[in-house]
This record gives sequence, structure tokens and C-alpha cells, in this order.
Amino acid sequence: MNRFATRNPPERASVPAVRIAGLDKVFGKRRQEVRALAGVDLEVAAGEFVSLIGPSGCGKSTLMRIIADLEQPSTGTVEVFGKTARQARLDQDYGIAFQQAGLLPWRSVVQNIALPLELHGVAYHERQRRAEELAGLVGLGDFTDHHPDQLSGGMQQRVAIARALAEHPRLLLMDEPFGALDEMTRERMQTELARIAAETGAAVVFVTHSIPEAVYLSDRVVVMSPRPGRITEVLDVPFGDDRPDLLRESPEFFERVTAVREALHGNPVVRAEEV
Amino acid sequence: MRRAWPWIWGVVGVGAVIGIWELYKAFGPADGVTVGGMLILPRAHDRSMPHVWDMLARLAAPTLGEGTPPLWLTVLQGLVVTLGIAALGLAIGLVVGVLLALLMERARVLEWGILPWVVVSQTVPLIAFAPVISTIGKQIDRGGFPFPEWLSVAVVASYLAFFPIAVGVLRGLQAPDRIHLELMRTYAAGYGATLRKLRVPAAIPYFLPALKLAAANAVIGAIVAEVSIGMPGGLGRMFIQFASSASADPALPWAPMFGAVVLGFVAAGSVALLGFVLKNYRRGEAVA
Repeated sequence: MNRFATRNPPERASVPAVRIAGLDKVFGKRRQEVRALAGVDLEVAAGEFVSLIGPSGCGKSTLMRIIADLEQPSTGTVEVFGKTARQARLDQDYGIAFQQAGLLPWRSVVQNIALPLELHGVAYHERQRRAEELAGLVGLGDFTDHHPDQLSGGMQQRVAIARALAEHPRLLLMDEPFGALDEMTRERMQTELARIAAETGAAVVFVTHSIPEAVYLSDRVVVMSPRPGRITEVLDVPFGDDRPDLLRESPEFFERVTAVREALHGNPVVRAEEV
Repeated sequence: MRRAWPWIWGVVGVGAVIGIWELYKAFGPADGVTVGGMLILPRAHDRSMPHVWDMLARLAAPTLGEGTPPLWLTVLQGLVVTLGIAALGLAIGLVVGVLLALLMERARVLEWGILPWVVVSQTVPLIAFAPVISTIGKQIDRGGFPFPEWLSVAVVASYLAFFPIAVGVLRGLQAPDRIHLELMRTYAAGYGATLRKLRVPAAIPYFLPALKLAAANAVIGAIVAEVSIGMPGGLGRMFIQFASSASADPALPWAPMFGAVVLGFVAAGSVALLGFVLKNYRRGEAVA
């Protein structure tokens, strides 16, 4: 079933979460000029989960940072829910999570989750309630008063994700949020993220190095190549909203993984390599 | 038991100092050791090194002759005067230091422009600087605006105190990681909000050691300024005054020394207490 239709009422669905057209990004000047992104066009529908995958230096993080208005495009247009990226940032239309959790060490779990609410003037009891609810959502209901140094890396990352969800964003931007985690924690976090994304109905732009991760989570996988960074292929992953753990072992899953891998390498992969 | 160890070692440390003092007194040469006219080892006779118990007993005796208050009370009064002045100096230094740090953090150009002067300011010798402040203070006082001597002493103390604060707080305000600054940017948080929620809390682990140095500097500054400005009532003048009676009353000059030690304890203890109150801000973020 089409996930996009189940999650979003038609009136909202008409405005895409992200629309990028003719985007170029050049770092540095003259001699040291580096073209990080060239001719990027991308549209992310409301409620859609899109992964950006590619080797280091393909500009996938830069692309996400441009959507977040942390970098400025050199040419081209970026719209987030029909507004400029800057306006979307000022309006708090997106939540963001980075590779490092980036928690404030002097704040407890609940205080960290509540930080964006606090900055935007939400009353104490309201933000406390919301933060506790989110701590429960990411499975940290028993750790609300702990401080980051008392949590494992995976737990810290879950706090960061809860913090990104604090203001009910319609768009989540995630830059390799599970990159620093061990494989087991990582798979558990993926399962949780798939559930959270389905429950909240937020669109997600997810930057990753990992092919299985991209396939497991996404509605569409955007494959990028470096020097200059550009989109080489976009693959649909039609598994719908419900993504059980068992999906990882199904033949359809492996088929998609192979397809993404071939797109990444630019030629068919010899089967024997996979055994 | 684990909590008791620091206290036990503290007592052992004090005991060791007393022990070394008395051991040297018992076995050291009474007239010291001089090499080519230079005194290499101190004289161990009673006039130079009174027994520890003599010094303590002297504290209970009258300050100067019959009818004067006991020495410990005189020292305590001097201590309170100097402590008050040092605290005022620290407060002024704190305000000036934090303001300078905020300015320097706000703009790189200001950091380049101000920081060298902050460093150079500390190379001016205090004994040269104190009379200048005193003279300016007297001129202001004559001009109709009351500027008592103790205020001049406090200004000199603040001159020593602001330096570690300015440097330490600047370093602390610049401490937040890029990821935290970007996070604040994504929250559309302006300069004020970023300062309050991120930069100031992140600066606390840098601020506390700076404050400890500043407190010690303020005490030293106050005592030295009392001497060079010639302000009576505090520990500084007491050192000079009592030193002149050293040959007749050898234990007397050591009394204000004990006062200075207590002053140091009070200053360091207050900062330690503040550090305990702010302990949540001193957590390091655990690495995954």
C-alpha cells in the first residue's frame, strides 16, 4: 500500500516537505574551489521517508545541511513546505539529529528533550509533560532524571531523536544518527525509528552510509556519487509502513539491497560476492 | 571511609609542616649556613624560628602590653577588614573580567584588540601601580566624590583578580562544540538565548578554576596594596608593624601570617562550595 496516502490527508499532501531544483554548492574560492553538489533536483513528499546514500564526499550531508539552512546553496532553489529554508528554520518546521547525540551534559534527559520547547517559550509543566512522553516513546521512561554521562551511546542517541521530535516537526533531518553505534543497537534503533516515523507521520531525510539501513527504513533511496556530488539514481522501496524485523531476512529485502548496491557501484555486482 | 581520606591526608599534611619546622629547629644550625655572605639555610634560634607552641600561645596573650586585647582578636579584626576589601576587589574583578570576556567572545576583532592588553596589564608591578591608584583616588576624593583608602586597595586587588576571570571565562564561552552551536541555530535561538542556555553553562568548568585563582589573587592584592598604600586596620599593615618588634617578641610577627592562612582557606573554601553547588555543570559528556 502507498504509505504516503495512508499518512497524510490530501490537503497537506499537496505541498511537498522538500523541493530542491537546480541546486549547486561550491565551497572555497577560485583555485581551491570544490563543487560539493551539482545540478541536484529532489522532491520529498510530506510523510515520505527518503534516504541519501553514497560514498564519502558525495555531498549527502551538505545536501541535508542546506535543507536545514545550516549551509547556503550557491545556485538553485530550496523550498521546505513551500517556504524558503531560512523561513522553515525560523518557523521550526523540522527537527534535526546528527551523528553525535550532541546532548548538553549539564542537563538531564528530560531537560535535554525539553530544550527546544524551553527556547520557544513553552510553559514548564507543558514541556515537562511532553518531554516525559517522548522519553517514553524512545524507551527511556525510566531514565528521565539521568544525565548524559550516565547513559550509553545508544541511549544518548535516542534522547537526541526524542529532542528532534519535541515540537511535532513535519520533517525530520537525520545525518547518520546511528553511525557511531554498534550493529545490534543500530538495528534496534532502526526498528524504533521506522515505528516512530510511521506513528508521527513526519517526512524524513536520512543520510546514511549503510545500504541495508537505507533499504529497511526508506520509501525511496537516493543514490549519490562524488566529485561533483550528484544524484545518480532514485530507487523505490515499496514495503509500506509496517516494517517488522523479519523484513531484513526476506528475499525482497535482499533484492532491494542488491539494486541499491548496483546503483552505487554503477554496474551489476557479481553474485558470488554476497555469499 | 573513602570520604574521610581527604581530611585525614589534610591533617597529615599540616602535621608534616609542623614536624619539619620543629625538626629543623632541633637539628638545624642556630645561626644558619652562609656561603660567601649569602644565607643558604635559615637560622634556627628562637628569635628567627619560634616554637610552634610559642606562636600559638602568643595568640592568646595581649597584643601589645597589659590592657590591650588578646592578639588573636587583633588579628581576627585585621583579617575581617582585609577579607572585606579582598571580597570587594574580587567582585569588581569578576564584573570587569566577565564583561571583557563577553566582549572578546562577541567579536574576534575585539579579542585581538583587547587580549594582548589584558596580558600586558599583569606585567605592571603591583608596588608601582598601587600608589598611582591611591593618588588618583585622593584626587577624586578631593573633587567631592568620596573615595576612601580602602576603595583604592580594593581596586588594586581587582586589578589582579580580573585577569584569570577574563581569560578563563573567554575560553569557556568559546568552549561549546560546533554541533551544539548548530543545534541552537536550528532552534532559531539568537545571541542572548545561545549565551544563556549554551555558552554560560558550558563556561562553568572553566570559570571555577579561574575564580579560585582570582580569589587568591584578590587576597594577595589586598594585602600588598594595604602595605604600599599604607592603609591601617588590615593584615598588610599588621605584618610591617609587628615585624619591627620581632627581636623583642619573636612570636608576634607570625600571628598575622596565621591570619593570612585562614584568609586563604576562607577564599578557597568559598569557591569549593560554589563548585559543589554547580556540580551538574561540571559533568563531562560521556563518549559513546
